[in-house]
Amino acid sequence: MFTSTFADALTLLATFDARVAEIVWLSLKVSGGAVVLGTLIGLPLGACLAVGRFPGKGAASVLVNGLMGLPSVVVGVVVYLFLSRSGPFGSAGLLYTPTAMIIAQTLLVIPLMAAIARQVVEDVWQRYAEELQVMRFSWWQSVTTLLHDCRHSLVVAVLAGLGRAMSEVGAVMIVGGNIDGATRVMTTAIALETSKGDLPLAIALGLVLILIILALNALAFALRQWAMRRYA
Amino acid sequence: MFPIQIRDLRFSPNGRAVLDGIDLELGSEGITLVLGPNGAGKSMLLRVLCGLVAPTGGTIAWGEGARPERGVMMVFQHPMLLRTSVLDNVALGLKPLGVPAAERQRRARAVLERIGLAHRASENAPRLSGGERQRLALARAWLTRPRLLLLDEPTASLDPSAAAEVERIIREIRTDGTRILMVTHNLGQATRLGDDIVFLADGKVCEHTPTQRFFTRPQSTQARLFIQGELPWRMAF
Ligand SMILES: Nc1ncnc2c1ncn2[C@@H]1O[C@H](COP(=O)(O)OP(=O)(O)OP(=O)(O)O)[C@@H](O)[C@H]1O
Ligand SMILES: [Mg+2]
Repeated sequence: MFTSTFADALTLLATFDARVAEIVWLSLKVSGGAVVLGTLIGLPLGACLAVGRFPGKGAASVLVNGLMGLPSVVVGVVVYLFLSRSGPFGSAGLLYTPTAMIIAQTLLVIPLMAAIARQVVEDVWQRYAEELQVMRFSWWQSVTTLLHDCRHSLVVAVLAGLGRAMSEVGAVMIVGGNIDGATRVMTTAIALETSKGDLPLAIALGLVLILIILALNALAFALRQWAMRRYA
Repeated sequence: MFPIQIRDLRFSPNGRAVLDGIDLELGSEGITLVLGPNGAGKSMLLRVLCGLVAPTGGTIAWGEGARPERGVMMVFQHPMLLRTSVLDNVALGLKPLGVPAAERQRRARAVLERIGLAHRASENAPRLSGGERQRLALARAWLTRPRLLLLDEPTASLDPSAAAEVERIIREIRTDGTRILMVTHNLGQATRLGDDIVFLADGKVCEHTPTQRFFTRPQSTQARLFIQGELPWRMAF
């Protein structure tokens, strides 16, 4: 039973099963979209927290760090409330669409990416602060300069965001609804197929998920090695 | 902006006086060297002058009206190098001045010519040697045409030929019309570069005299001891 399930799973992958391909593609689009938005918002936010001098800075950092571990179902419920028919954005009709899933995952990854970016940028800011001040850099110029300078380390933040987005179930399940052919992604499909007893499909998707995450980390590792050789 | 008149300047953060009533006047031209033992407050004086640290007492009066917004630059002993090309690191100095990117690059290239690093413009800055880093930092400051340039031990840990090259650049910057205030521990360098010497000890100015007089007839006991302590080392060359 165990080996035959695995064999079936591998057959699904080897034959590029259309169902598997569709689900994987949607996963990549949703999580990729969320990470692009998360990068555009989370990294500058983290850098601002590192560089800025404003009242409540400590509290803001604690908040971002705390939100890093936010359960994805909670994000799902909150986004659901906003997007549901009676909610403030109900008229947009976004609930149970990939867009809703992107919104939920974006909110999920922003604190994580911001927290990592804050840490990375803060270390460099400690060393650069005086010189940038002497050159009369505005705080925003400092933020953009530091983000660019830390670009190789910040890949870690992007990857962490992508890993979090691709592996979470709760938020996409609630706001996406796991609709076949419309909002079914790898994690929600795995949960459903396992409960239905279609283990080969669940395992095939699980293998793809693991492969994608491993490949991304290998890529990041290679990039960091390259950067270290180049700038060491 | 000149003369700059520093009166009773104090910095004593937690009761301990780092700057203990500095009185100093800086005219509009030349290179003034700051000498003094470790911990005398030399670096702190530079940091107060460029506005990084607010003094806890005393006044700095900038002549001819006020101090210009971007008139003072400082080069640190360990200059910051961004993980990008030499050219971009130099051009960085112009970024806060709102100079367009293409013009920044053009001017950075021109100043790299003058410091003899033009052929390495596209290399990665963190790969430069100590002497080349110092020259890059000088170029970055020079590019902004400061009225007053503060240098903190720019040749510390450089070999004699690298130090000589840095000294050449410093002279050129002075000739370009920039007033220079520079900290050094190298007495030979002080005689070569300095128009006048400020001798600092325990956060106070013990002596401010023309270079030659400082070495031939030092007025204060501290300066005399300081020079004597260093002299055998100087004569070894
Ligand atoms: N931010 C600060 N707050 C309080 N004390 C400081 C601060 N920065 C430096 N000091 C102290 O001020 C004293 C003078 O430091 P400074 O760096 O100016 O010495 P220096 O003359 O440049 O010495 P060196 O020749 O070793 O570079 C030192 O005892 C140092 O510990
Ligand atoms: Mg010092």
